[in-house]
Amino acid sequence: MSFVEYSEIIQEGDVVIIFQGHESMMPIKVQSGAQTQTRYGAIRHSSDLIGQRFGSKVTCSKGGWVYVLHPTPELWTVNLPHRTQILYTTDIANITLMLELKPGSVVCESGTGSGSLSHSILRTIAPTGHLHTVEFHAQRAEKAMQEFKEHKVSHLVTVRNQDVCKDGFGITGIADAVFLDIPSPWEAITHAKSAIKRKGGRICSFSPCIEQVQRTCEALLDHGFEEICTLEVLLRVHDVRTVTLPLPDFGPEEDSTDSCQLASDLSQDEVPNTGNSSVICRTATPPREMAGHTGYLTFATKPRD
Amino acid sequence: MAESVNDSDAESRISFGDYVVLKRGDVFKSVQVENKKKVIFEKQWFFLDNAVGQLFGTRFEIEAGGSLKLKAAKHSGDSLDSKEAGQDNRHILDDGKSQKLTRDDIETLKEQGLKGQEIVQQLIDNSTTFKDKTEFAQEKYIKKKKKNHLRYDTLAQILTLGNIHAGSKILVFETCAGLVLGSVMERMGGFGSVIQMYPGGGPTRAGMESFGFPSHFHETLHEFPLCKVNALLAGTLDLSEKDADGNRRSESSQETSGVSEERSSEPQSMEVSVDPQEEMRRVERERLREQKAQEKKVKMEEKRKKLASAAALLEGRNADGLVIASRFHPCPVLMGLLKFIAPSRPFVVYCQYREPLIECYTKLREQGGAISLRLTDSWLRHYQVLPNRTHPVLLMSGGGGYLLSGTTVAADAAKTRNQQKSEEPVAKRLKLDEISSA
Repeated sequence: MSFVEYSEIIQEGDVVIIFQGHESMMPIKVQSGAQTQTRYGAIRHSSDLIGQRFGSKVTCSKGGWVYVLHPTPELWTVNLPHRTQILYTTDIANITLMLELKPGSVVCESGTGSGSLSHSILRTIAPTGHLHTVEFHAQRAEKAMQEFKEHKVSHLVTVRNQDVCKDGFGITGIADAVFLDIPSPWEAITHAKSAIKRKGGRICSFSPCIEQVQRTCEALLDHGFEEICTLEVLLRVHDVRTVTLPLPDFGPEEDSTDSCQLASDLSQDEVPNTGNSSVICRTATPPREMAGHTGYLTFATKPRD
Repeated sequence: MAESVNDSDAESRISFGDYVVLKRGDVFKSVQVENKKKVIFEKQWFFLDNAVGQLFGTRFEIEAGGSLKLKAAKHSGDSLDSKEAGQDNRHILDDGKSQKLTRDDIETLKEQGLKGQEIVQQLIDNSTTFKDKTEFAQEKYIKKKKKNHLRYDTLAQILTLGNIHAGSKILVFETCAGLVLGSVMERMGGFGSVIQMYPGGGPTRAGMESFGFPSHFHETLHEFPLCKVNALLAGTLDLSEKDADGNRRSESSQETSGVSEERSSEPQSMEVSVDPQEEMRRVERERLREQKAQEKKVKMEEKRKKLASAAALLEGRNADGLVIASRFHPCPVLMGLLKFIAPSRPFVVYCQYREPLIECYTKLREQGGAISLRLTDSWLRHYQVLPNRTHPVLLMSGGGGYLLSGTTVAADAAKTRNQQKSEEPVAKRLKLDEISSA
């Protein structure tokens, strides 16, 4: 297992995701002799996990069962231990596409935070790219390094514990893309520009507040960045459900052409044993509240020097 | 394909055969650079020949006669240029003044005697911004052809939710002119394999060419016809050597050339023509017939080999992901192709409309084998960011189509237990049970 390469069989030391039901998942580290408690009972790593295929069903000690899944950055994002507010898949997907990340890309990121975006970047740039990630907070930087090692991706990433606004990313002229998720991104634009390759590259800054966006756009313009563009993306989830709608009773049908027909001409399935009194519809409703605002994404291009 | 740390200019120069992106303001178009070939862009005809040897990112003017001329350096303080730099921030809903100024400037320059010339700002950009421009250019192309309207934020979700990455084995079924296929291949970086399932005579890949992949990428791309899926699943797919008529091939070439050989052997039994020129022509015709038969044989063999290699990749039923984005009803496509996917792998289905995906969702719930099903669409809002004039400008919602995503799990024999893990609220679940057992 690794976060950048699929494998078939669970091995000792792997990080796996236990699926207990909708919105109830947890990551665990597979260790010989260890046990993990779930709502359906205990899972014994040695007998229930090691040697089993990813995606199989595991019966727990109380008789209930769970699925054991191969980790992906997307699963990690919803299950990782939060040290900071994180970026979610919807934003991550757009960042990845608009920074044109692909295998071989060299990317600079700050701050590392809880590593949500970092894992996605690593998955996309593997096996030939590299991520230079800068984290101001010493403990978080240390924790990130630890996780990258456990997830078998440390060969693709360099973590630096420093202040990106003062000291930059630690490299110059080799990045295809720079990503900023810091309180004052306009202070890091000079360093971002010098980190990017001479032939040009892309930059993205993520900020929750519009004032931050305004100052960042100004800084980007001052530094000669082009195609500056700010957008926001929101995901709407549709609740698929089956609903039963009752039909009206217009009284028994008369011969005249004016008679209202019952809903016998409705093409939907009818509920059996209830006569013609209801109809089943399969539909999807948007949730009452849509996903909230996460932040504004500002993209720009550094042209060739 | 590693990015070289050494920033050599040579690889950033335009060559014949390259696919490039023409840009003027917010309009992009993807074209191939060919010798003395006219291209049309923004209602103008011109040749790209003079761009060869120049760096990507260069600005050109179009001269009378359609040839390109290098434009003066952009930091010249030209008022038009400074407006261009700010132009991207202004988007559509500006106060209108700056746009008018631009037009006035152009008019002024015309008056100054540039005759047939028009000042056209054109950037031919390289891969640093190639991708998103390819998306925009392809989007316009796709809209025109009234095919699937795939918005780039939807494409972004597909690639990420599908965990598309180097080294995996991905199945793709799309009718988006190769845009989805190309995007998947770009994220694979030439590692792993992509199997394109196709519905009719052959796979459509027009859009994929514009990505300009190096040739070794094409070795990772396979194709397999949908009409042979059932045979493959049943284990009855015939991959032995046959000719077009379905007759077994023998060592002799006579059988394979079929009718043409018979015809060519006929003249031997006829009266020999006296005219030597007539004889020469007859021999030539025979030679051509045999040549064509031989070419056909080679093509058939190539096709057979391709089919066999794709089948070999599929029959293990251990693909790492599935992407569907087509005008076909997604439900049967999804249910059919999921059989080739390993457990604990993501799949993503795009559809312009919601109802077919609701069917897929329902079917998957009944059948089992998939978890974390989500039906989503994304909203995209652009902002104009200017001092004292910051506000949203454009909201794109609904028109980007819908996605159904999920993760495969080991197929479940016990259907009732699977329904207990249903993600639907309790009250509704009861009705579903009643219905399916009726």
